[in-house]
Amino acid sequence: MGRAKIKKKDTFIDMTAMSDVTVLLLTFFMLTSTFVKKEPVMVTTPASVSEIKIPETDILQILVDQNGKIFMSLDKQQDMRAVLEAVGNDYGITFTPAEIHKFMVAPTFGVAIGKMKQYLALPTDKQDEILKNEGIPCDSVDNQFKAWVRHAREANRDLRIAIKADHTTPYSVIKQVMSSLQDLRENRYNLITSLKTVEE
Amino acid sequence: MAEVTEGGNEKRSKSKQKKMAVRVDFTPMVDMNMLLITFFMLCTTMSKPQTMEISMPAKEDLTDDQKTKVKASEAVTLLLAGDDRIFYYDGQPNYEDYTSLKQTSYDADGLRAMLLQRNAAAVNQVRKLKKDKLDLKISEEEYKEKVSEIKGGKNTPTVIIKATDDASYKNLIDALDEMQICNIGKYVITDITEGDEFLIKNFDAKGNLPVEGAAQ
Repeated sequence: MGRAKIKKKDTFIDMTAMSDVTVLLLTFFMLTSTFVKKEPVMVTTPASVSEIKIPETDILQILVDQNGKIFMSLDKQQDMRAVLEAVGNDYGITFTPAEIHKFMVAPTFGVAIGKMKQYLALPTDKQDEILKNEGIPCDSVDNQFKAWVRHAREANRDLRIAIKADHTTPYSVIKQVMSSLQDLRENRYNLITSLKTVEE
Repeated sequence: MAEVTEGGNEKRSKSKQKKMAVRVDFTPMVDMNMLLITFFMLCTTMSKPQTMEISMPAKEDLTDDQKTKVKASEAVTLLLAGDDRIFYYDGQPNYEDYTSLKQTSYDADGLRAMLLQRNAAAVNQVRKLKKDKLDLKISEEEYKEKVSEIKGGKNTPTVIIKATDDASYKNLIDALDEMQICNIGKYVITDITEGDEFLIKNFDAKGNLPVEGAAQ
């Protein structure tokens, strides 16, 4: 064969093997993935040497941002429903099925119960905007945080509480959260951290 | 594989025309797969977050006489102050001598060195156990059981962690982390008292504050 012909041959690369590899990788990622939950605020967790993994189900996650705003998330939708109804009941608010549904599908909640109806009426993208500036009140005057935790515990006995806080969060806020939990006799809980290795 | 032919190439030799039909161009498929992989890679958390388990005492259990049950000689009190500063004192606080409060750091040669030295016996035992475990002499369960036995044993220091309101969450986690690294089984997080706050202030003032400031 002439030289010119060989050159032309080279332009076509067999992609079959490449395709095999990518499909394998794709399968791997699809099977191992757990989707990142949308969180209203970005928090950077402090690092620790602890290697205990957090279980995937029955988690009540308490998210505390650097300014001390508190958000919560539950992993089961039926728990979310029970909690909303119970807390609403405490504060004399009843929710329509449409509102409950909207609450259930949201990944995180964290508005004062008084504003909940207003909040749930908003479209989803507006909710995300507002949620950043809200947070569950957790002061001695009106500790709604306690009510949420208490009803979450009632809704699901096996619930584990996990606190995820930003590393710059002042201790005073953490103390407030911890003492609220202590009041509810929730004495065992997890602190979410990221992994750091220690040199011996 | 060796015969790489391009579909629809009219200039190819006549004899090989039949083979051309079986070739499929996989390039678009690979493109699509790569896109999907990228999507999944960006949307997933590969590793689950780590956690640290702590159990706090119930509020009613923490009466004053229980707090004082801790033997003074075995207790180390850590005071976490703002700006990443950390202080500690042994046993009972001494309000008259400001040098009884010592400043240390979160570095390996600060707090950790101090705690390791105090807990040397337990640390060595745990190290030995760890080696045994690596050599497969003992099982995972036995290891855990023995470690918790050592941690709860006598002569191990008790650490009381008190954080001021200026301290950050990171400081608290770092302190708790050191407990784990140094194999300290007995530690507690309690609220800071006025006396402890006075100690820090007095330390900053190099002992110039009147002792009466320590309102007990």
